[in-house]
Amino acid sequence: MKPRSALLLGSLSAALVAFALTSPRVVAADKVDPVADAKAFRNFFFQKFPDVKHEDFVNGPYSMNADMKRQWQEKEEFPPYEFALDAGKEMFATPFKNGKTYADCFPNGGIGIRQNYPYFDEKEGKVVTLELALNRCREANGEAPYSYVKDEMASLTAYMAFTSRGKPMDIRIPDDPRALAAFENGKRYFYTRRGQLNFSCASCHVQSPGERIRAEILAPALGILNAMPIYRSEWSGMGTTSRRFVTCNSQTRAVPLEPQADEYRDVEYFLSYVANGLPISGPGARP
Amino acid sequence: MTALLRKPALLLALAALTGMAMSPARAQSAVTEGQKLAFDRGKGNCLTCHVIKGGDLPGTIGPELKDIKSKYPDRNELVAIIFDETKRNPQTMMPPFGRNRILTEQEISAIVDFLQTL
Repeated sequence: MKPRSALLLGSLSAALVAFALTSPRVVAADKVDPVADAKAFRNFFFQKFPDVKHEDFVNGPYSMNADMKRQWQEKEEFPPYEFALDAGKEMFATPFKNGKTYADCFPNGGIGIRQNYPYFDEKEGKVVTLELALNRCREANGEAPYSYVKDEMASLTAYMAFTSRGKPMDIRIPDDPRALAAFENGKRYFYTRRGQLNFSCASCHVQSPGERIRAEILAPALGILNAMPIYRSEWSGMGTTSRRFVTCNSQTRAVPLEPQADEYRDVEYFLSYVANGLPISGPGARP
Repeated sequence: MTALLRKPALLLALAALTGMAMSPARAQSAVTEGQKLAFDRGKGNCLTCHVIKGGDLPGTIGPELKDIKSKYPDRNELVAIIFDETKRNPQTMMPPFGRNRILTEQEISAIVDFLQTL
């Protein structure tokens, strides 16, 4: 081979390699790819915390700290969410005024289905969360909706999560551009900084899980919703996923959205999808 | 000092400098105020992320705040970090205390006075 053609061939192959290296990234930036996003999200946490068992991430701060985990395991003998669980079970079995029950609104009578929420409703073109589905069930049966943040809603979702414990999160994204857009919108919300303190959800729960803010250990974002609803000592009571989002926003001095606003539904969709395969652990208890 | 006294221009300069700098009592009160602001959850809340001598239950996100004078001989650099650290490091967790009006310029200055004692 003449030196000149070798040089040409060399630079051509270098260009090809460069193209091969850069092009997937270009494609990834242009195209919404939830499968690749979820894989990258999980791998980030698995590599950052090689000693944490994968199914343990759903236990939030307790997966990050051995001392706290021991205390929590002792507490689980008499869990602080038990009263809500009992109330939820009773509410779930009590018929509405029209004689129907919650079981009539859900697949499999509402038992063992928590892992399928939120789902993308192709008729509505939007994400439907479990909390939203519960209130829609009430309204369809002539009952007033509950507050999304605590009390009855937390009790009902506590019971529904409890009957689904151990089932792997199983969120589907149908082949529908609106579903992909919802996922992408949730992802954007998750990574966007906001509020006077200028934090994104990711600042605390991706960049800093396991670190302490004062005495509190930050939970990993991976599997954070698998434990919902939770009893929080800080709240002296139960709170739903909606409550978690609203308080996160106010703690960073951002203006919280209305519970079940589109962005919250989308961020729940994003966070739940990337936790696919990890077990439902709710209801949970947190400091 | 005697050498200084013999040179009126230098004496004048010295007088001007002491007039510009804070009196020891005022400097001390700025340090005390700075510490209060640094520990206050609604203000600097520095303890949430940094270990600081004299503060209980510090967080672990940021570096320990110590030997500040040797690390940052220029106080303007400290002011800039507190005002908006995202300018230097876009990935930082640190809130832009000045830019987002969490702290006033005077409050930032008092916190810097306190930090320089660490």
